[in-house]
Parts: sequence; structure tokens; C-alpha cells
Amino acid sequence: MSGIWVVVEERDARVSRISWEAVAAGQKLAALTGLAANAVVVGARTVGLAGEVAGKALGKVARVEHSLLEVYTADGFSLALQQFFEAEKPDYVVFPHTYQVRDFVPALAARMEEVLIGDVTTIGEGPVFTRQLMQGRLNGSYKHTGGGPCFVSVQAGAFRADTVQGGAAEVMVFSPTIEAAQIRTRPSERFRGSAQTVDLGSAQLIVSVGRGIKDAGNIPLVQELATALGAELGASRPICDNGWLPLERQIGSSGQTVSPKLYLAVGISGAIQHLVGMKGSQCVVAINKDPGAPIFESADYGIVGDLFEIVPALTEAVKAAKQ
Amino acid sequence: MKIIVAIKQVPERDAQVRIDAAGKWIEESGLQWALNESDAYALEEALQLKEKHGGEVVVLSAGPERVGSTIREALAKGADRAIHIDCADLGNRDALGVAKLLAAAVKPENPDLVLTGLQSDDLGLGQTGVILAELLGLPHASLILHVEKTDTGLTVKRELEEGWFKTIELPTPAVLTIQSGGNKLRYATLMGIKKAKTKEVRVVTAAELAVDSAPVVVLERVALPTKQKSTQMLPGTAKEAAAALVEKLKFEARVI
Repeated sequence: MSGIWVVVEERDARVSRISWEAVAAGQKLAALTGLAANAVVVGARTVGLAGEVAGKALGKVARVEHSLLEVYTADGFSLALQQFFEAEKPDYVVFPHTYQVRDFVPALAARMEEVLIGDVTTIGEGPVFTRQLMQGRLNGSYKHTGGGPCFVSVQAGAFRADTVQGGAAEVMVFSPTIEAAQIRTRPSERFRGSAQTVDLGSAQLIVSVGRGIKDAGNIPLVQELATALGAELGASRPICDNGWLPLERQIGSSGQTVSPKLYLAVGISGAIQHLVGMKGSQCVVAINKDPGAPIFESADYGIVGDLFEIVPALTEAVKAAKQ
Repeated sequence: MKIIVAIKQVPERDAQVRIDAAGKWIEESGLQWALNESDAYALEEALQLKEKHGGEVVVLSAGPERVGSTIREALAKGADRAIHIDCADLGNRDALGVAKLLAAAVKPENPDLVLTGLQSDDLGLGQTGVILAELLGLPHASLILHVEKTDTGLTVKRELEEGWFKTIELPTPAVLTIQSGGNKLRYATLMGIKKAKTKEVRVVTAAELAVDSAPVVVLERVALPTKQKSTQMLPGTAKEAAAALVEKLKFEARVI
């Protein structure tokens, strides 16, 4: 066995932020288990990325390199990492929980008769890995009992990138055997859905509406509150899925990331996909009929009750306060 | 095109969940159940593909007897027939164990396409479809919003982070995991509900599928999350709470 391997992703030719968080998680796991933490970069040209990671307190940095890994494909990355891990026999493999990881790591783990413990928020003694269940209403503690590597992916923001310790790691190269015919999918370049005309990222005040609004016809109720506050209107995914508000107003992992002074969540339960888009907010207010809604976990102020009564009352109170 | 849609029955979204006595899962008695949201979109995609290209839509679901009501719902919406993997200990199996059950049921059907939702609203693992592809030896794509049939296979639209997308071409047979929001969901019609009663639901037990069920990952304990922030709850009537909130936002948080 060869300790802990953290699989690092790039973004704009640099190590992505969430990858540094995964490195921090790897170092935490190293402290808990006494094993060495290492990192691996995957691609067609990995010198730059490997150099960046090698400046940290890691044992080794492996460059898993092949011309067929230029663009991400589930087949290419699974093959390459499977060969690498079968050679290295890691105890733990840590990934950032990204859309890319979600696309191939479950298959990679299954190929090695293992299961990914995905979207982990904390790592404790044991080690025990905690992840959210029931849309964030509960936490579940997981243990690995399999004989092979324990695969883990960590949630964005769960570990602090600024705690990664500096050092000097040895760089090694691993050349996987991949044939073009083994890659069955052909991805395009990435593209934007539509021109974004709303930039919620710089908004200071946001009123955001979720499923609790029940019907498109009720949106004006929340719009009036936003107008009274001078706030932008945002939404959770189901609202945009239903076409009740345009996609460009969606806040969360697949939409915009915001960090306003005030984030007022109306009828939003607070699933993690939404929370990652607004957790940088300075002050969070939640209005929800369910006292157990996870949004209250990250709210500064909460009102439990019927939004159809509270929102109009709040609009009036805001107007009165501004007079 | 023969399409299999793997669906899951989950607690209804607004259900009040309580931790069970053993602290290992939720108390299931008295819960209301529903079709998992992204699975509903997978079913919708399958039904639309069938409407365009012909073929058959088969729904597949694993779970105890209660799962039957969700299967009927899918049949009422237009699926042609169903396979119910009768399995009382689904919760003791990990994602690989569940995918093995599904794969064993899918294999003899030789479908052109297998669809499933992106992730379940209860466990939220988001792995079943991808593992299923691996076990079936088929190419896959995940987080798919749009599916188009081509001469050689499929062109699909995949969601990425922060409003980006990719299109992916892949041959069939293939497995796709479907993201919510790509289509508008249909409701079951009265005629559909009536017809569903006569459609075939083949029940096969987990034991008959004879797959290994020993987990390599175990959910040991469930607990309520610890608060990240100390939340001030504002009680009273709507008017009182609203007035208190404005006061707090103005003079305490100073954000308005």
C-alpha cells in the first residue's frame, strides 16, 4: 500500500481551488492515519500543474500523462487512473467533488470493486467520513470496509485551501497504456448556454425564491419584496427548471455564485447544490414553513411560517422603514 | 429504440424525517413516498424519445413492496412495462451492490439505452447510473439535459459547473444519467392510470438475481447536522416577525 493519493484537477492551466481543498483533506487524512499524502495530475501535458503541486508538503507528485488524456473523457481518465492505482495500491484516494469526478470516479471505483464515498464534508477519527443525506437534513457517517483503496471526494468549501502546507515533493511520471478505440465518447469544447445579462455575482442584496412559492403566478409576491429592498431576484434550481424565472437567475452549483451583504431565501429548503452558490453571503435570512429545513442551519435570522403571509408583511415593513 | 429507465422511490420532498431507533437510517413508517425527481426527468426523456423514434420504455425499480405504487405511476405516465426487483434490504447494500442488482436485471433485456436520474433525493450518492454503465460495459454520460438520436448513436448535452455545457457524442447502447429541468414533466392522464393497471410488472427477487451484496462502504450512523451559525429565530405573527426582521437587518446586521 502506498498511502494517500490526491487527484488534482486543473482550471485555466492552474490547480483549481477545490483541488487545493482536496489536498488539504489529504493532508488531514495523513495526520489522522500516519500515512504519507501524495498527489497525482492527469493530462497530456502535466509539467506545469505538477510543478505547482510539488511545492507542497507531499511525498510524491505523479504525472499520469498520455496524449489521449488531452481532453477529459470518462473512459480515458478511468483507464489511466486504474492502471496507476493498480500499480501504486493506495490506501486512500481523495478527489475534489466536481462534475468531472462525479462522471467517472464511481465507474473507476467499481472497476476496482470499490465504492466512492462522495461529497464528504468532514473527516474524523477512524477515519469516519461524513456526508449529507436527505438533501442536507441529515448527516451520514460512512466507513470503508473494502479491501482495496478507499475512494473519497470532498465537497467544495468543506476543507480550507489556505491550510495546505508548503514543502517539496518528488515528481514522478507514469505512462498509462491507452488506445484511441478505448475512448468511446467524443466531447465538444465547453460552451455557455446563453448570453448572461444578469450578474448576480456583484449584487449587494438578493431575494431568492424556491419551490415553496408553489406556482409561477406567485413570483410577483417575491418580486415586490425585492423591489422594496432594491434587491436582485434570484432563484433555486426548481424555479428555473420550471421556467418560472430565467436560468440566468439561478443560484447554486450549476448557476451563479453570489456573495451579497444580504441573502434572503424565501421558500428555499437549502439543498447543498443551492448552498454552495450563496454561502459567501454576509447575512442570510431564511423564511420557510419547515422548521427542519437545512437552510436554517446557515441562516443568521429565520422565520418559520407561511411565506404567503410573511412576505407581504415584510414588503410592507421594508417600505415603512424606508419612508 | 428499447429504453430502460431505472427509477427510485424516495420519501416525499416535504416529509418530516426522523432518525430511527438504531440511529442508522430514518424511520420509514408513516412516510409518504414519491418518484425521485431526476428519475421523473429520465422517464420523461425516455417517453419523448419513444414518441419520436418508436420502441419500448421499460421501467426498472428495486425496493420493497411499496415501490409498486411508484412503478404504477411511471406506467400511468406511459411506460410500457416494468421490472420490480423485490428487495427488502436495499439500505444494507452500497451503491455498487444496488447497481449490481440493476445490471443483472438489465442485461437479459439488451436495451439500446439505459436512463436514470442524476441522483436520489434521499441518499444523494449520484453514482448508480455511472456504476451501472461500468457493470454493463457500456459508454455513459452524466448530468444530461438533452438527448438526440443520430445515425450512429446519440448526441447529448451535458451540464457543467457555473452555467457551462458540453455536447458529447457516444454510440449506443449507452447509459445516461439525466439532470432535472431538461424537459417539462407530464402528468398521468386518467386514461393512463386506467391502462397502467393492465400493464405487465414482472417481479424478480434480489435472491433470484444472485448478486453479491456484501458492502465495501457502510453507513454507520445518521445524525442531525450541527449548526454552522447561531440562527436567531423570529417568532410571532407574520407582521410581528416581519417588523422584527427589518429592525434586525437595519440596526443589528446593518445590511439594509
